[in-house]
Amino acid sequence: MVASPIAWRLSTVASIHDETPTVRSFGLRVPDWAGHRPGQHVDLRLTAADGYSVERSYSIASEPERSGEIELTVERIEDGEVSPFLHEVVVPGDQIEIRGPIGGYFVWEAALGGPLFLVAGGSGVVPLMAMLRHRALVGRSTAAALLFSSRHFEEIIYREELDRLASAGDGTSVIHTLTRSQPAGWDGYTRRIDERMLDESLAPLGASARSYICGPTALVETAANALVRLGLPPDRIRTERFGPSGS
Amino acid sequence: MRVPARFEGGDEVLDGNAIAGALAVVFGSEMTEVPERCAHCGTVSLLAELRAYIRAPGTVLRCPACNGVVLRIVETDEATYVDARGAAYLRFERR
Repeated sequence: MVASPIAWRLSTVASIHDETPTVRSFGLRVPDWAGHRPGQHVDLRLTAADGYSVERSYSIASEPERSGEIELTVERIEDGEVSPFLHEVVVPGDQIEIRGPIGGYFVWEAALGGPLFLVAGGSGVVPLMAMLRHRALVGRSTAAALLFSSRHFEEIIYREELDRLASAGDGTSVIHTLTRSQPAGWDGYTRRIDERMLDESLAPLGASARSYICGPTALVETAANALVRLGLPPDRIRTERFGPSGS
Repeated sequence: MRVPARFEGGDEVLDGNAIAGALAVVFGSEMTEVPERCAHCGTVSLLAELRAYIRAPGTVLRCPACNGVVLRIVETDEATYVDARGAAYLRFERR
């Protein structure tokens, strides 16, 4: 029997690995997981001994094809209540309450087709990674591009995996911009995402692309408004706002 | 009172997609692709597209076009209150 997506249930932490100095991924085994769609999230609940509980939502980073577990990628927020606990206290074998999968709006599946244009700021890349991983397995006929804004080179989440996806020769391109500092010899963009950058990144895909934008509100508003001006149909632009302000 | 915060350290303004879990609990099903018509300006939006203010007492969802309040959700220990007077309608597809 598949559990209801809105019922809380216990997952077990199966694996933990670092993505960047402040971002960590957690593999969770969830009994009776009904499967998810790329872009969906789960709610996670921590409850203290005195009954105080706090909920947060985290996008699912793994593709639906990965069986037996889901992966969450969590940025450590210094003054947060949940992410420092996940980063500092949780170890494999621990049990964590989750509910989900949640959300049908910010979802892309191979059957929807493309081309697929993804725009991310910081940890906004997480739900888009689920889409790219899903595409790499079952949607390679859909051309895809990811425009990804990070502050520093060391903060690029999934950097090596994105390099591999981009060099696979199957129609995926990854375009980075580093807004705060760049390593020597950096030949990518060095500014915040703007209309010209979006235009240049979108050009190979054309104005019929399906677009998914995830990041801080300012980035999402800038990108969504620019894509409308560039001729993308508004109903093909899906947005998810979150994250620390400023990049 | 529980705060259905989507992300830690996040912006003050999120969107309806960010609180999809809380909406699903209140309404009993996935709500992000449900259209509503704003009672203030008449704009039709998906619930996912509404602006979500989660730092207020409860959760306030506002129209992305006119910023009028569409839905207010307040949870107490005993019950959940939904103030929907800012929505002319919610439209549920017959399945």
